Amino acid sequence: MIKHFLKDFKERFIEGVLFLSSTTTSILVVLIVVYLFKEGVGIFNRTPVAEGSELLVSAANKVNKLTADEVRKIFEQEFTKWNQVGGSDAEIELFRLDDITNYYTDEQLGENFENMPHCIDTILMQHPNMIAFVSKQYVLPNGRACKVSIDKIAVKQVMLGNRWYPTASPVVELGIWPLLLGTIWVSIGAILLALPFGLAAAIYMAEIADSRIRKILKPLIELLAGIPSVVYGFFGLVVMVPIIQQTFNLDVGQSALAGSIILGIMALPTIITISEDAIRNTPRAMREASLALGANHWQTIVRVVLPYSVSGITAAVILGIGRAIGETMAVLMVTGNAAVVPTSFLQPVRTIPATIAAELGEAPFGGIHFQALFFLGCMLFLLTFIINVIVEMLAPKKLKR
Amino acid sequence: MDFQTRKNMKEKMAFGALRLFSFSIIAILFFILGYIVINGISVVSFDFLTKMPEDGMTKGGILPAIIGTLCLMVVSLAIAFPIGVFSGIYLNEYIKDGWFKRFINLMTNNLSGIPSIVFGLFGMQFFVNQLGWGDSIIAGSFTLAILVLPVIIRTTEESLKAVSNTFREAASGLGASKWQTTYSVVLPIGMPNILTGLILSMSRVSGETAPILFTVAAYFLPQLPHSIFDQVMALPYHLYVVATSGNNITESRPIAFGTALVLIFIVLVLNLLANWLRKVLGSKVKMN
Amino acid sequence: MILNKVEAQDLHLWYGDFYALKGINFSIKKNTVAALIGPSGCGKSTFLRVFNRMNDLIDNVSIKGQALIDGKNIYGKELRVDELRKRVGMVFQKPNPFPKSIFENVAFGLRVNGIKHKTYIEERVEKSLQQAALWNEVKDKLNKSAFELSGGQQQRLCIARALAIEPQILLMDEPASALDPISTAKIEDLIYELKQEYTILIVTHNMQQASRVSDTTAFFYLGELIEHDNTKKIFTAPDKMQTQNYVTGRFG
Repeated sequence: MIKHFLKDFKERFIEGVLFLSSTTTSILVVLIVVYLFKEGVGIFNRTPVAEGSELLVSAANKVNKLTADEVRKIFEQEFTKWNQVGGSDAEIELFRLDDITNYYTDEQLGENFENMPHCIDTILMQHPNMIAFVSKQYVLPNGRACKVSIDKIAVKQVMLGNRWYPTASPVVELGIWPLLLGTIWVSIGAILLALPFGLAAAIYMAEIADSRIRKILKPLIELLAGIPSVVYGFFGLVVMVPIIQQTFNLDVGQSALAGSIILGIMALPTIITISEDAIRNTPRAMREASLALGANHWQTIVRVVLPYSVSGITAAVILGIGRAIGETMAVLMVTGNAAVVPTSFLQPVRTIPATIAAELGEAPFGGIHFQALFFLGCMLFLLTFIINVIVEMLAPKKLKR
Repeated sequence: MDFQTRKNMKEKMAFGALRLFSFSIIAILFFILGYIVINGISVVSFDFLTKMPEDGMTKGGILPAIIGTLCLMVVSLAIAFPIGVFSGIYLNEYIKDGWFKRFINLMTNNLSGIPSIVFGLFGMQFFVNQLGWGDSIIAGSFTLAILVLPVIIRTTEESLKAVSNTFREAASGLGASKWQTTYSVVLPIGMPNILTGLILSMSRVSGETAPILFTVAAYFLPQLPHSIFDQVMALPYHLYVVATSGNNITESRPIAFGTALVLIFIVLVLNLLANWLRKVLGSKVKMN
Repeated sequence: MILNKVEAQDLHLWYGDFYALKGINFSIKKNTVAALIGPSGCGKSTFLRVFNRMNDLIDNVSIKGQALIDGKNIYGKELRVDELRKRVGMVFQKPNPFPKSIFENVAFGLRVNGIKHKTYIEERVEKSLQQAALWNEVKDKLNKSAFELSGGQQQRLCIARALAIEPQILLMDEPASALDPISTAKIEDLIYELKQEYTILIVTHNMQQASRVSDTTAFFYLGELIEHDNTKKIFTAPDKMQTQNYVTGRFG
């Protein structure tokens, strides 16, 4: 009896351990979502004023609420009068911290600038039409100056804004549109380049090549998938980029095209493997029926096999796009990383993953920039999640197998 | 020309084109490999493999990066392999098809679809900051482990699925319990394929950069780690650094080629090993 | 009265919606060989697998009625499946040795049942291999992989593997169907020998084999037990027309 008890206990215990292991992936997905979104969605709870800074106006000024865009235009001197933002028709006077020396001497400010808050407060008193952009530490507590309140960062600003300046001052700009577009351009370009080659190779391997050649090709395709992305990036940097620069006579060869070519090569194994599986899944009977009617092999492939496997091939293409969207290092190295809305494949572009990789190291922990990069991570997560769902819906046959 | 001849000529041309496209892919592969081998081979020497980087990474060797990458490979798979294999066993041997299995499979698929840079973000936030491990081998390894976990789960599941049911029936027919059947009969038969998955995961880990950027990789750290809580250099990140943002990119180009060659060599060896394992160990056990 | 060794009382079995066994009543005495015959899909293999509860491994199986060994219901709550399977050995259609040495294959059942005594295991392995008429062929290569044996040898190894845990009942699911005629003859001789110590249920497609090795024969058709009687009677003068048709169609 005790023997049986021990045996049963051991069985249950092991089953418990196995069960817990199997829940790991689910727990991880939940954790990733929580940690990513907690930080990323945090940007919508902040004002776009640069980290640790404050905008002040004189108490006499009736404008004490501005939009981020207005602030930017004011400091870029696009707006020069207060009436453009709903105030009096007085000229706007700008004040940045550097300007303090125009008003006070070093002695007056004190050895450790301990008089700074007071001085700034006084300047604002004396200049009713001034707007000041200063560090938080120099804002006099209970001072007479008035803090300008700025709306929190809006979803629309981020999603559709086409300027990505996460470290700009006085207000940051977090429009992810150019990054989103850059990512999509490069990925779609990659698939357009890879599809003819990938599909050809898939058909060749599934239908034409004899098993001897297949046995050689298969591991080579696997090897193509195994080469680290940073090596692709390096290769792209030293080979592709100069070629593109010379061919198209550009100032820099780093471009969307370079990214697409490299990503296209990297997407090949995914496209080939999944399309090949789909092609192979065509029932023998369909093939034989076509051949028996006098169609030759090529006609059978075009008219029977490919139409039959079209959902699998579509899944392969979408999965390829998904991989390309998430690819970081290779893209980072060859696309030139200019955060502008792309207009040509020969221009530098910047993708979402490349932005995260390039900027996270410099973004202060927990700051707006940091959170904005996490928000990019959220977007990336959502994009790939949607793609996965589409693929799962497209390939029910594969799931059932 | 009659219709049949034209039809067959069309076929010949189409097949020719398919062949050309397929082999051009292989040509690209060999061009990439060849280019790096030719440019890197003169750089790689005993000193290169065993010395610290010198002169702003324009001279010297890449020893700390090699050691760092090896550490990451070993630790991350020590984490992911048992969990992955256990979970594959549970999914294939223990639970019946149903909502739970579908749910777990869906989550595993989702996890494998997440881009590696997102793992980097998560690893930084969770392992480095939340758990307070800082930039360290352990934080980087856990992040990489998440990345390869779905691969290991899936290869395990598929390897076990390929094991003929007669073995399970024979074992349980002799009074073996579920675990005894799994452990002493099913698992050994599936092992060659599971090990192949393990090796391919190692290859994957060796080349991943994005997940380690913010969890472990050091820009320049000319010393070897003492514990898993130390930061290390890693080959892929080192390649990125010397290729794009080193102090002197032109002068460190040979170092970059050498590093790329070492990386490719590791990947190549692991891929060959995996193929060999599949062939040799796989053929020993004939599955009915 | 001699108690029935193996018995089924009004046994029904479903695979999901599929009604596989429709109220079977069946019994055999100790130390006899019963052959189960019938066309493919008639339920004979399913019925065989009832007695070591191998059907438990399949999803969606439900059972009604009773299956008894030594008069005890083997689907009762107090009975442990692993204990049952220790008493009921099984040999499968295709030889399926484990990817282990010959010795370890035979010792497997002992080890998983918690036996660690080395000399005892060695004795049992030798005894079982002798009973399976394989000892002389393999005694010098016990540590070689079981896959090095021929198909017929592998099947006898599987029989030895089943015998090692000293079952009382042997279930054989077409044990010779994948083998050549010489190996088949060896297995049939073996079954005849084993009858002295074991009660045997054997599923077979081969009418000659059924008539050669069994004491009683049960004819299954579409999930029903049509007739169960002395083998000689089934093959010469069955009561039911369906049996007659089947055995003559296949046997004559």
